[in-house]
Amino acid sequence: MASHYESPIRKPLVTGSKSYHDVTVDIAAAVEGKANKQWWIVFSIALTLFLWGLGCMVYTVSTGIGTWGLNKTVGWAWDITNFVWWVGIGHAGTLISAVLLLFRQKWRMAINRSAEAMTIFSVIQAGLFPIIHMGRPWLAFWTLPIPNAYGSLWVNFNSPLLWDVFAISTYLSVSLVFWWTGLLPDFAMIRDRAVKPFQKKIYSLVSFGWSGRAKDWQRFEEVSLVLAGLATPLVLSVHTIVSFDFATSVIPGWHTTIFPPYFVAGAIFSGFAMVNTLLIIMRKVSNLENYITIQHIELMNIVIMITGCIVGTAYITELFIAWYSGVEYEQYAFLNRATGPYWWAYWSMMTCNVFSPQFMWIKKLRTSIIFSFIISIVVNIGMWFERFVIIVTSLHRDYLPSSWTMFSPTFVDIGIFLGTIGFFFVLFLLYSRTFPVIAQAEVKTILKSSGDNYKKLRDKNG
Amino acid sequence: MGNHKKYWKSEAELSADNQMITDLKNNEFPEQLPIDSFNAHKNSLHNSNTNRRDFLKYLGFSTAAATLASCEGPVNRSIPYVVQPERIIPGIANYYATSIADGYDFANVLIKTREGRPIKIENNTKAKVKSSANARVQASVLSMYDSLRLKGPTKDGQETTWKQLNENIAAQLDSLKNSNSEVVLLTQTFASPTTEQIIKDFTDKYSNIKHVVYDSISDSKALDAFEIAYGKRALPTYNFSQADVIVSVGADFLGDWQGGGHDSQYVKGRVPIKKGNKKAKMSKHFQLESNMSITGANADKRISLTPTQQKIALAKIYGYLFNVKVSGSLPELIEISLKQIVKQLIKAGNRGLIVTGIDDVNAHLLTYAINDFLKSLSFNRDRLSLIRSGNDKKVTDLTNDLNSGKVRGIIMCGVNPVYTLPNSKDFISGIKKANFSLCFSMKNDETASHSKWVAASPHYFESWGDNEMVSGNFSLTQPTIRPLFNTMQFQDCLLNWMGSSESFYDKIRANWENNILKNVSWNQALHDGFYETSFNKLTSNLKFNSLKCAELLSKARSNSIELVLYSKTGLGDGQQANNPWLQEFPDPITRVSWDNYLTVSKKDAQKIGLKNQNVANGALDSNYANIKVNGVSLKVPVIIQPGQAVGSVGLAFGYGKINSVKKEMQVGVNAYNLYQNFNSTQNVEINVIDETHEFACVQLHNTLMGRGDIIKETTLEVFNTKKVKDWNAITNVSLNHIETPVNSPDVDLWDEFDRSIGHHFNLSIDLNACTGCGACVIACHAENNVPVVGKTEVRRSRDMHWLRIDRYYSSEDTFKGDNTTKDEISGLSDSLSVFGEMESPSDNPQVVFQPVMCQHCNHAPCETVCPVAATSHGRQGQNHMAYNRCIGTRYCANNCPYKVRRFNWFLYNNNDEFDFNMNDDLGKMVLNPDVVVRSRGVMEKCSFCIQSTQAVILKAKKEGRPVEKGEFNDTCACSAACSTGAMKFGDINDDQSEVFKLKESERVYHLLDTVGTKPNVFYHVKIRNTDET
Repeated sequence: MASHYESPIRKPLVTGSKSYHDVTVDIAAAVEGKANKQWWIVFSIALTLFLWGLGCMVYTVSTGIGTWGLNKTVGWAWDITNFVWWVGIGHAGTLISAVLLLFRQKWRMAINRSAEAMTIFSVIQAGLFPIIHMGRPWLAFWTLPIPNAYGSLWVNFNSPLLWDVFAISTYLSVSLVFWWTGLLPDFAMIRDRAVKPFQKKIYSLVSFGWSGRAKDWQRFEEVSLVLAGLATPLVLSVHTIVSFDFATSVIPGWHTTIFPPYFVAGAIFSGFAMVNTLLIIMRKVSNLENYITIQHIELMNIVIMITGCIVGTAYITELFIAWYSGVEYEQYAFLNRATGPYWWAYWSMMTCNVFSPQFMWIKKLRTSIIFSFIISIVVNIGMWFERFVIIVTSLHRDYLPSSWTMFSPTFVDIGIFLGTIGFFFVLFLLYSRTFPVIAQAEVKTILKSSGDNYKKLRDKNG
Repeated sequence: MGNHKKYWKSEAELSADNQMITDLKNNEFPEQLPIDSFNAHKNSLHNSNTNRRDFLKYLGFSTAAATLASCEGPVNRSIPYVVQPERIIPGIANYYATSIADGYDFANVLIKTREGRPIKIENNTKAKVKSSANARVQASVLSMYDSLRLKGPTKDGQETTWKQLNENIAAQLDSLKNSNSEVVLLTQTFASPTTEQIIKDFTDKYSNIKHVVYDSISDSKALDAFEIAYGKRALPTYNFSQADVIVSVGADFLGDWQGGGHDSQYVKGRVPIKKGNKKAKMSKHFQLESNMSITGANADKRISLTPTQQKIALAKIYGYLFNVKVSGSLPELIEISLKQIVKQLIKAGNRGLIVTGIDDVNAHLLTYAINDFLKSLSFNRDRLSLIRSGNDKKVTDLTNDLNSGKVRGIIMCGVNPVYTLPNSKDFISGIKKANFSLCFSMKNDETASHSKWVAASPHYFESWGDNEMVSGNFSLTQPTIRPLFNTMQFQDCLLNWMGSSESFYDKIRANWENNILKNVSWNQALHDGFYETSFNKLTSNLKFNSLKCAELLSKARSNSIELVLYSKTGLGDGQQANNPWLQEFPDPITRVSWDNYLTVSKKDAQKIGLKNQNVANGALDSNYANIKVNGVSLKVPVIIQPGQAVGSVGLAFGYGKINSVKKEMQVGVNAYNLYQNFNSTQNVEINVIDETHEFACVQLHNTLMGRGDIIKETTLEVFNTKKVKDWNAITNVSLNHIETPVNSPDVDLWDEFDRSIGHHFNLSIDLNACTGCGACVIACHAENNVPVVGKTEVRRSRDMHWLRIDRYYSSEDTFKGDNTTKDEISGLSDSLSVFGEMESPSDNPQVVFQPVMCQHCNHAPCETVCPVAATSHGRQGQNHMAYNRCIGTRYCANNCPYKVRRFNWFLYNNNDEFDFNMNDDLGKMVLNPDVVVRSRGVMEKCSFCIQSTQAVILKAKKEGRPVEKGEFNDTCACSAACSTGAMKFGDINDDQSEVFKLKESERVYHLLDTVGTKPNVFYHVKIRNTDET
């Protein structure tokens, strides 16, 4: 796959005059070394949040959904907002590892591993919500088409929620397989370097007996390509299906044909922002600045900027179509979004998602690490608000004014959300200490073509 | 079936006499069974420890043991009938005709009992008068199962026996008689001929006993007026259906005015029906009032006036009508309206009617004079209403006499003066001074807790009784269950003290058989529950100076804010304050539950500094008003009420009860404290108290926002003269940019299937006939085991009512104005500001009520989105809800355009957090065994009372016949409870059913038909008689 020539005008993707061995050492360092104090501090915070969230979930399941702030008019709020938010975040991983693989974008190699880890961890968070938001979560398996003894009782294939079940579970499994396949040579690398017997044992297990034979590599490449092909439609389908939850309904503000592309763009937007958030920290903490370079960050910022523009266009299109439709309920729904009691949510969304990425037109800003980090956080806040706006402001004032009301979260709503953030970081922090966080095998394939020392060498010697 | 093919094995079978074939036929086992080879191992089999039989025994035993050990059956302690009562068949409801007469509510009703326990109240529609149960009467079934009821008689708070009580009281009575000290019998209005007889016998025997009748909310002034005018202390009856012009000056006659029950007659004149080419007619209703009442909400023209202005206005109406000059001044616009009213009254002639609710003898006299002058057909002074007979003066005297020591003993029944008297402290000190005090009460209420003896009374379901609510209309009260507790009726006690061996039942029966019934047997009367006979008409003519009354009235002046005390549809006089259904029942006007409050006009609120605001979750808050009447002050929360007359405030009776009321239901303030001199109008001073009160209001948005397709309405003139498409056009939707009617199959996403086979249920709701009384809401509550969730949960918009009555105010003066305002919005900035303004109601808005329940859409949005198909469509049009299957995603509720689905946020039964009737064994007795009690985490909603429609079908099936025409009519609890006929339920595939005919009406429309849901509930366009003529 890897071509050994890269145009001299392209910037090197690996800096710091790395050799193959350097790459191995750099990436194995985090796994082989000891965790520092910061790691423990962050991990403790994340774990505490997670346990608090777990407590809130147990409270919800044992007492009832009434512990949340929902009511007769607003039947979904933070639960599904968080669900869509987490699913959306997951999208960047698949896009980076699958779509960019098909497009032969080499810069993905430094970030795909972590991006995909992020995908899996965030899909896990997302998957929690559809289950715990049920009134009777212990019956969640009824959403699966399992043959049963209840006569002709079957799931309702008309329901977008059922499509979600399939979409999310497929997504999780394909992503997991894809991720793990990519991990095999890297796990094998750590296995081979491991000195402690226990560590060696574990890494031999998880590397599935990778031996580094040419046949292994050939199969590895093939499987990667096949899985990339499989995962690519998922990038589009998962969030399309999630958007169907709203688009197929009859509620003004939900019943919108623009939702599938709009949701997919939004998902990529938030996913890339989350990748930026995670990697900007990780490259620093794990000394990976030579692999995850400013150029990587800049490229991701460009993706954020473009998807941000798409999302912004979608927002404005929605407003236009509401007016153009001539449907009074539709018009009021959007007027109410922007100027009703939840105007602050709408304008937070607009500011964070549409205005803030515009700064990325300026090269100085999009190559600034601090600025990128801030924007990445801002974008994810904005994307959370987007889902909140769609769900809550559409529901709280729909057709009959007699049912209009408001929603405000309880400590349980907030606790569960923070809990999933905690859970996500617990997983990610554990991952960063035990997994090769960069696909070193892949990076090595481009070292000769994109490593700065080799590029210089080629420049000098032609 | 029907298959006569023969299969053959060989052709030999075809010849009948083949030996081999015959042998094979007769011998089941043509080959020998291999018994020998099996028995060859006989020895080893015998020697083995476990033979086959043992093995099977062990297997059987261990399976049975394991099964038994693994499951413990729930232990249900039930007592079987040793001898089954003849009439009680498990699963089949029995109905008993009876009547309620609790001193405030009087009605002829049917009691539905299941397995011997009363579970629901229905209207006794056969009765000619008072045949409709209002919300309170509908809810009274739950008061029977009130866990705080008295279980037996008490003395000084300690349990005692009836024998002791009766002997003691009889002895006391005798000794007081000997010392000739006065004893007072203070009772409610019984309107009971037999009770009157017993009391007469009693007072005859004990000459020292005086009988005082006390109505907690007094109609004494109206009674006085009638006595002055016609010489008898009673109230006239009104037939609103005979009136073309109705003028009400402060009379909430669709509410509790003079005992209520006028709504069905009123509505008869309010539903316009075109017959052939003749123009449809409906009455024109003017309402002059201070508080926004449901009567005012239904009026064609409502003028808000303070009580003082009402007095002047009434005098002026009299003046214009009789062409005399009366003093007093009113704003010019009101004068013009009054002239218009008078013009209409004159035009209507004997089809005009004026009524008043002003607490003033002169006001009542004036209405009598005007009605007499008009020769009003609706005003019936011959036929009397006997359900109010309290006398204010006697009650006031009683308190004084008790304190002065003149009255030495008091026996109370059906009254709670310690709670309902403004000077209750005096009353308490009075009864403490008496030699004895005895209170007949179902609860250890305020009065009972202060009287020495308390006689535990039965609920009316456990009692005998009779009454004459309207002259000549007799009703019986019969027990429908054995008394739950050790209780005794007041009348039985009286008989006991007199030494009579007869029971109250014997007395009633004898009285009815001897004096009342003619050509009708006692059993028949008991079966029917009512009996109508002739009565003596009043013959006297008007004898008072009406001009003088008008002059006196017109002199009314007030320079402070006037407080108008009223009774709410939910709690009335407060007898049933411990009834969670009524507490949770949202007020038809304010839609606030679990509270009473001061209603204030926006103008006054701004002036005084009273505020309403919504918090983050939408819930309504207010600050408090400190209201002061002659030195008595009360701290009351505030509701800013559109339509409240500037210069007046309103406050409802019936709240603020503490004794024998569960903690959560101790809500509101006791307005009786301000009911001085039994005058419902008081001058008040109001100050702001800067504390926050939290309301539980079920409707937080009050206006319709110009959404004219939710409530379609037009005027009588347009209805009569214009084509249907001008006032009830079918909505068009865009199909490829071509306007297409929404009912065209081209715009339908789904394949229609044939709905003409079998039954197809529809519910018709006539917005002209619905007065917003809310009886259906409680009936639905009772029928469907709807849980009560309590104030905090209602505050969080989590009420569980399957049926709600939306109330909208217009933002402009009329709803038509709203539509125009909305249509005239141009541009973005305009829409921003105008929609904002439309959120607040006008100062004197038009009001509309719209009952909304599950619309049972044929294309239901909820059905497609449920992942587990827990909600799906029935063959008969219902949208079913399979609670067992529901996993609680709430997607269906989100996708419901009508927002009628209700989620079980918590476990509402057997949960101490929700300590209402479903949390105690007694309260659970009211549950309808035909309807499942939902668990937490499932969605629920209106089922079109499928248990009742199914019962009809099963009955017909059992009897081997098709369902008869019209058999489904009003099988729904709501339509059965509706006394005005606003709701009609039935089978539209039955051309004889009422709903079939109603569906043909040109007034029919579907709620939100643009969504394409094709509901099975349809509404009738509201027609207002607002044209200026």
